[in-house]
Amino acid sequence: MRDELRTFRYAAWLGWQMEANWTQPWFFLIYTVAKPIAGTLILVVMYLVVQSSVLNDPTFFAYMYVGNAFYMYVAQVLFGIVMVIHEDREHYQTLKQIYIAPISFYTYIIGRATCKIVLTTIAIFITLVFGVQALDLSLDLGQVDWGLLAISMLLGLLCICMIGIALAGISFLTARHGMGINEGIAGMFYLFCGVVFPITVLPGWGQAVGHVIPITYWLEIVRRALLPGMDISSVSGLQDYSSTEIFVLLAVSSALFLVLSIGIFRYADHLARKKGKLDMTTTY
Amino acid sequence: MIDWKLNYRALLGRAYPRIIGASREPSWMLFDIVLPLLGIAAFIYYYRAMGAPEVFTGFVVLGGVMTAFWLNVLWSMATQFYWEKETGNLQLYMLAPMSRMAVLGGMAVGGIFFTTIRAASTFILGFLVFGVQLQVSNLGGLVATFCLTLFALYGMGMMFSSLYMLYGRGAWHLSNLLQEPIYLVSGIYFPVKQLGFWTALTASVIPITLGLDAMRQLMFASPSVQGFLPVEVEALVLAALAVLFLIGARYSLRYMEYLGKREGRLTMRWQ
Repeated sequence: MRDELRTFRYAAWLGWQMEANWTQPWFFLIYTVAKPIAGTLILVVMYLVVQSSVLNDPTFFAYMYVGNAFYMYVAQVLFGIVMVIHEDREHYQTLKQIYIAPISFYTYIIGRATCKIVLTTIAIFITLVFGVQALDLSLDLGQVDWGLLAISMLLGLLCICMIGIALAGISFLTARHGMGINEGIAGMFYLFCGVVFPITVLPGWGQAVGHVIPITYWLEIVRRALLPGMDISSVSGLQDYSSTEIFVLLAVSSALFLVLSIGIFRYADHLARKKGKLDMTTTY
Repeated sequence: MIDWKLNYRALLGRAYPRIIGASREPSWMLFDIVLPLLGIAAFIYYYRAMGAPEVFTGFVVLGGVMTAFWLNVLWSMATQFYWEKETGNLQLYMLAPMSRMAVLGGMAVGGIFFTTIRAASTFILGFLVFGVQLQVSNLGGLVATFCLTLFALYGMGMMFSSLYMLYGRGAWHLSNLLQEPIYLVSGIYFPVKQLGFWTALTASVIPITLGLDAMRQLMFASPSVQGFLPVEVEALVLAALAVLFLIGARYSLRYMEYLGKREGRLTMRWQ
């Protein structure tokens, strides 16, 4: 256990250094905040172009705003995990050394991703504060169901990390597709999981896809926990499910993804070793 | 004396891998066409969920298509010398006797070819899948505006590439930073006029802002278009930007190369 913690600590430290030491702290802070705020503002301006004011449909606005904010975890953490393989193998060419070191590779990957999780948490916090202060986002801290939020965050982040690990396994086998696979999966989640619009707007087959991805339930439960005073389920189209049912669906689908991810990673790892792809460099 | 023949060959030589490379990795084409469609679809459904007029669907498709060019300029023009430095090619460019502008020109020609095929596919698929109604008022003007936008955009990319030449990981992060904030101020998915006159005017330095605005005015006859400036004015500004960026690229390239040689940063890797 002590070895695992040490691996985790050094991997997280390495992740932080790689993420942040390329510039001055003040610029890094701007960098961390500017991207997510700008991404959110695109959606806000689109909303205002159509609706004129946040007050025209505050429930839909809150649905979109919170969904988009928490989706940052999906995009950033998936990207962070997949890039660990790509950067270590292709760019710094250190993957083989790390691989043969007497450490858990899972712990190393999760450690490296921790920096992304922390930075994304800061970005989400700032985005939500900005929403409340500048855009009349109806988020009342006194009403938040903190217990539900904490448990769903834990489960959701575990699920995202597991999907990331599966993609990292696939990255072992691909030379030039890491980014594409990563963006493709993140893009699919953005489209099918009701991130900024209810999945009921999608065609039937699209709704069916959304219903099997745990991110759909995670975002729903996070919205319900953060915005209990609003009738979020009437917008999301998941009004037939109680919060407990949503939570169970999240837990079950996460468990399935956990097993699936470990299976995919192990199989890909085995194939990569068999085909000699662990130290493949393609100058890409 | 300028060796035009050598520079022409260098231009072709640098364009070649981008044009041929595209067909050597066909799976990339799938990613390049399908991935933008996912984002485009999400924004279209977002507008539809709010009950926006149908013309906004066309705005999103057009914006998504032009995003491909911006990303190409950002990652395959501006950041290119950083990649070349990391893979050890940059010093070879410096040793070769051709003009660096010819190399950048080749990168631009190859990039435009490569991206146009993908953007056109995304455009056609987007319009077919989402049933966008076009009302082109001036086809010649539309083609001319599109070409001017590309000239200005790739001129900007050539200028950026010299600035990026000396950076380490900062180059990667800078390109990453220039995505969402630029999508926002350029009005990729909505009329830029909505951001207010001064913001739109400032954003006009980025060619995609005026290019998109002009193309929207020429492609969609709807009051929702809300053009920022008359199309003729926007075309003139784009032409001026193209010239300015190309001249700027030449001088900044020369200066940054000198700076890089003096500080010994042209061959540094893993910064």
